[in-house]
Amino acid sequence: MSVETWTIIFVLITFSLYMYVGWMSRVKETAGFYVAGRGVSALANGAATAADWMSAASFIGMAGSISVLGYDGAVYLMGWTGGYVLLALLLAPYLRKFGRYTVPDFIGDRYYSKYARAVAAVCTVFVSMTYIAGQMRGVGIVFSRYLQVDIIVGVLIGTVIVAFFATIGGMKGVTYTQVAQYGVLMCAYAIPAIAISLKLTGNPIPQLGLTFTDIAQRLSDLQLTLGMNEYIKPFTNLSALNVFAITLSLMVGTAGLPHVIIRFYTVPTVRDARYSAGWALLFIALLYTTAPAIGVFARYNLIDTLANKPLAEVQKISWVEKWGAAGLLKLEDKNGDGMINMTNAKDPANEVTIDNDMIVLSTPEVAKLAPFIVALVAAGGLAAALSTASGLLIAMSSAVSHDLYYRIFRPDASEAQRMKIGRAMVLVGVCCAAWFGVHPPGFVAEVVAFAFGLAAASIFPVIILGIFDTRTTKEGAIVGMIVGLVFTLSMIVMMQSMKVLGTEAPLLTDFMGVNAQGIGMVGMIFNFVLTYVISRLTPPPPIEIQQLVNDVRTPSGVGEAQAH
Amino acid sequence: MNEERLKVYWKKNVTLIIGCLIVWAAVSLGAAIIFANPLYNIKLGGVPLSFWFAQQGSIITFVCLIFFYCWKMDKMDKEFDVQEVKLKKGA
Repeated sequence: MSVETWTIIFVLITFSLYMYVGWMSRVKETAGFYVAGRGVSALANGAATAADWMSAASFIGMAGSISVLGYDGAVYLMGWTGGYVLLALLLAPYLRKFGRYTVPDFIGDRYYSKYARAVAAVCTVFVSMTYIAGQMRGVGIVFSRYLQVDIIVGVLIGTVIVAFFATIGGMKGVTYTQVAQYGVLMCAYAIPAIAISLKLTGNPIPQLGLTFTDIAQRLSDLQLTLGMNEYIKPFTNLSALNVFAITLSLMVGTAGLPHVIIRFYTVPTVRDARYSAGWALLFIALLYTTAPAIGVFARYNLIDTLANKPLAEVQKISWVEKWGAAGLLKLEDKNGDGMINMTNAKDPANEVTIDNDMIVLSTPEVAKLAPFIVALVAAGGLAAALSTASGLLIAMSSAVSHDLYYRIFRPDASEAQRMKIGRAMVLVGVCCAAWFGVHPPGFVAEVVAFAFGLAAASIFPVIILGIFDTRTTKEGAIVGMIVGLVFTLSMIVMMQSMKVLGTEAPLLTDFMGVNAQGIGMVGMIFNFVLTYVISRLTPPPPIEIQQLVNDVRTPSGVGEAQAH
Repeated sequence: MNEERLKVYWKKNVTLIIGCLIVWAAVSLGAAIIFANPLYNIKLGGVPLSFWFAQQGSIITFVCLIFFYCWKMDKMDKEFDVQEVKLKKGA
């Protein structure tokens, strides 16, 4: 059977599975809709968090980005995992003990202020919306590449599926479909990785193949002889300061992302919240330690197959033909010698252009695996994109329907009205996401990465201080959040002004050597310092808030979500 | 629980958190970034030690750290008698 037939079969099977799980987990009350009734086990929540976390970008793009950056690709590996340590130690147990529905809920109650709640809700919607646009685009791309349907049709199919289980099942439906999606995406990632590892290193476990054979050294030497940067040498693509700033921004941003934080509201106890952060990171680590191995193996294979080979011969290889036609691989014989000259991507003499997305998608074919494995990778990419999109939708719709509508504008709304608004907001969110998926703004990719910087600079510091410092006041928190957000946003806009505002050159190239991806670290420091200092200059929080903070600090007495 | 006991519990918790975060920073920001060049000359298997920390070791350490913290907190919650009663499913 052909790859296309296999892909259709896998997509149909996995989509029916998601629909079935979604239907089985349908809910009637707001507690089920927003926090899955707090009945999810630590292990299941860990798997759901991992699927929620690993987006189409992690699945399809990350190994490729790492293989281009070499050593410095570690910013993504450490940045997107280190945040879970912060979550487990500093946030998850206390927010679970606090036990409401959303991130703005905590900020609004802890800082006894509607304004603080509103600022946090706006941050949540902004971060989630930018993120989700990229996911729907990812769905469209997988559909169009594997099934040759139009991107628009692909986006619409994805939208209908997500809308189905997110509106009827809310957080509960989303959680259990994400558990299924984790299984699909991890198998799809691991099988080709094991095959290519066996082929290149003789060791079936990619992590061990990478560490205990000389494959990385061979790749590094090969790159050196071709005039590229040494693969395993640090700071050849990014400065040490930027590696530091980007890693820290991504770590802290991870811990500040609303769709990740709300996952820890779904478990029954504080203890489960701690353990589920551990399970989540273990599940994520399986993919994140495999990715750098795939990066090395795939790059070695590509260079070995292409560099200094006769062009005519290479063009006969079937995967070269296929990915060339898809526009992800470009070969041009600039100097007309009939040979492929491969060197630094920026060097004008370089004759090979490889799209980052190709590394993972083409691995099974390059490693000459059976067509059904190629199709499994397509199903895995779809699982990654759909699970992340649905988690984001819940975070966004709960910020609007719960925090803005119910807690600020209509505190007298009935349970039924709140459910109706919650479901309606999911639909509105899904439609916006579909619109962005069909008409992506040119700077989506940039904005998604910067959502981390914004989360790091706005939400993270005030949650931490809210738990660990009883003296933090609403004045401090509001100023801190706004300054962190505005500073980071304006820096990013100025550094990316070519894409965002359409100027000829960036208005600002860096801030004291820190680039746009790492600027969240600076915004976070401003937020921490301002919140702390202003809190000392303003009247202390009311006594019941100090009691609330003390109460959050111990696990005992965790109750049901308070009816409010 | 009385206030004094709560203060002791919290202080022990914060000390444990700081300890864990020092390890967290040491393997990632330390071994993989600040000391990347000195550790480059030490080999682990077939790769430089700093490269291994940057792309494998730090992630593995993170996972162990979280489970270590959970285990320590389980013991401490018991010692201070602040464990929670598990709610029935679907509360």
